[in-house]
Amino acid sequence: MEKFETLSGIAAPLDMINVDTDMIIPKQFLKTIKRSGLGQNLFDEMRFTPEGEEIAEFVLNQDAYRSAEILVAGDNFGCGSSREHAPWALLDFGIRCIIAPSFADIFYNNCFKNGILPIVLPQEDVDRLMDDAKRGANAVIAIDLPNQKITGPDGSEISFEVDAFRKQCLLEGLDDIGLTLKKAPSIDSYEAGLQDQPWR
Amino acid sequence: MTGTTLYDKIWEAHLVDVQEDGNCLLYVDRHLVHEVTSPQAFEGLRTAGRAPRAPHKTLAVADHNIPTSDRAGGVAAIADDDSRIQIQTLEANCQEVGIEYLQMDDIRQGIVHVAGPEQGFTLPGLTIVCGDSHTSTHGAFGALAHGIGTSEVEHVLATQTLIQSKAKNFRINVVGDAPDYVTAKDIALAIIGEIGTAGGTGCVLEYAGPAIEALSVEGRMTLCNMSIEAGARAGLVAPDEKTFAYLKGRAMAPQGADWDKAVAYWQTLKSDDDAVFDKEITIDAANLPPLVTWGTSPQDVVSITGQVPDPSEISDEGRRRATQRALDYMGLEAGTPMQQVQIDRVFIGSCTNSRIEDLRAAAKVAKGHKVADSVSAMIVPGSGLVKQQAEEEGLDKVFIEAGFDWREPGCSMCLAMNADKLAPGERCASTSNRNFEGRQGRDGRTHLVSPAMAAAAAIRGHFVDIREFEGEAS
Repeated sequence: MEKFETLSGIAAPLDMINVDTDMIIPKQFLKTIKRSGLGQNLFDEMRFTPEGEEIAEFVLNQDAYRSAEILVAGDNFGCGSSREHAPWALLDFGIRCIIAPSFADIFYNNCFKNGILPIVLPQEDVDRLMDDAKRGANAVIAIDLPNQKITGPDGSEISFEVDAFRKQCLLEGLDDIGLTLKKAPSIDSYEAGLQDQPWR
Repeated sequence: MTGTTLYDKIWEAHLVDVQEDGNCLLYVDRHLVHEVTSPQAFEGLRTAGRAPRAPHKTLAVADHNIPTSDRAGGVAAIADDDSRIQIQTLEANCQEVGIEYLQMDDIRQGIVHVAGPEQGFTLPGLTIVCGDSHTSTHGAFGALAHGIGTSEVEHVLATQTLIQSKAKNFRINVVGDAPDYVTAKDIALAIIGEIGTAGGTGCVLEYAGPAIEALSVEGRMTLCNMSIEAGARAGLVAPDEKTFAYLKGRAMAPQGADWDKAVAYWQTLKSDDDAVFDKEITIDAANLPPLVTWGTSPQDVVSITGQVPDPSEISDEGRRRATQRALDYMGLEAGTPMQQVQIDRVFIGSCTNSRIEDLRAAAKVAKGHKVADSVSAMIVPGSGLVKQQAEEEGLDKVFIEAGFDWREPGCSMCLAMNADKLAPGERCASTSNRNFEGRQGRDGRTHLVSPAMAAAAAIRGHFVDIREFEGEAS
């Protein structure tokens, strides 16, 4: 997994609540057996007509936001299915950070496994950043994970919370499985204790 | 000391390790695997040179991509290359590492959340995960069950554990005598309408109260299935005699002395009387009408006697814009009575409503009637065993005579990954769980309802109040 330390990039405003995983990556793109290449299908049905033409109004089709690395969005971002194709598609497009008032659990979790930082902020802070993001290519927002700080285009700062363990994994690009396998003796002894419950 | 909740008990019983920062390593008893969210996990294991730790605790079945029409040619005959490759990849991966795989032509094949419980793979008090958000279904047995992403599928395969932090306890008391026409689906929609699609975020829901105890195990699965639609990690119902009766004798359930020992343990799995919940609400099932969704979020719920809402009456700006967007997408005018909304398609199936009880409810409505000329209606049983039982009961004949399309088991048009999908602009009465934009096909319009309401809509060509429909002579 790619590390995440600091990021200074264009923020795209996606001013909608309940952005679901079917919007982020529609089901016809889940038939792949790979993780890569999904960026071209990110937000497919909002981004392209059935004939494959770009829909000009969609934020990521606007020149100012084509190279956005941050998304600012409304409540309950990533609701719906567990498909990790959603963060894979965001990452493949180039999005490394999403800022919203709240996230759906599974999506939130999936982001951390892929080097994407989801940031939860109070509505008023998201509103401010949404305004900043609407300034187009001038909307450069800086994310500082070690110091848990966001700096807006005008230099104003917002701090954010993140679980210490998840933060460490992002900063170091750590592989969860590798970490857990170091605890194999604990798993062994747990399993040894299951003899009392043979149905498990 | 205060008592503990059912969730607390299952959580405590599965802790392998607790880190200082509060993150825990939770043991996973059962892992269900399907073709869509697993190939990258198996590939990850291969790349890292890791082997699954407990393949015998894993059960695999293909369901999302699987055709629900003629299967005579087997997997090799699936026309869509990507779908076929995904199914073949699952089979090859399972064979390579020794995971039991239910083949497409196996009578036990079906939607993973229907097939697992049918086999007794799902048991009370277990932790159960699957790379599918509707894994919450298995909570109906008093198992802690939730969806995970593909990275976590790989983590579970490699370690038989998950890194988790504890969720909050949220009890939903459902009181009152639910009238016959108020099904588990209506209760689920009522709850989501009440608390919203983010109302359960960060929580495990425990459904309790007389109306929950009165539900069949199938109904409890419908209810727990939609916990994720309320944003919850999982839903739970404490196991009881109905649960044990459902499981007894199932192929993978314990037998003999082990069964007795298991039941004795399962009987302890309930929240203590003095357990404290972080959140709690009460819903009266006696007063619920049959429900239908009007919009593109499962919280967009209205009584069948209600109307399409008017965005101009909503004060919250985000909500108002979302409502307007939903109405534009759904092609609905504010103020239209729901019973005047005409439909083109009906889908009865999905991990929410494809069990025998659901098919019986739909058949009871369909019997002696004909599907409206303007409607195409399909019934997709949840598994080969559900299909077989329905055929033994003659339900297939009822459906076929009424003009329904009787199909093979799979996820089908719940998410339209196979050939079953809505055309742009088509409107569907669906017993599935999500009405998101594009869910059943690009620009398709989904209304969530119970099986009886879906069958009645198929016959009339528009939504109808099932309370009035059942009063009519057939």
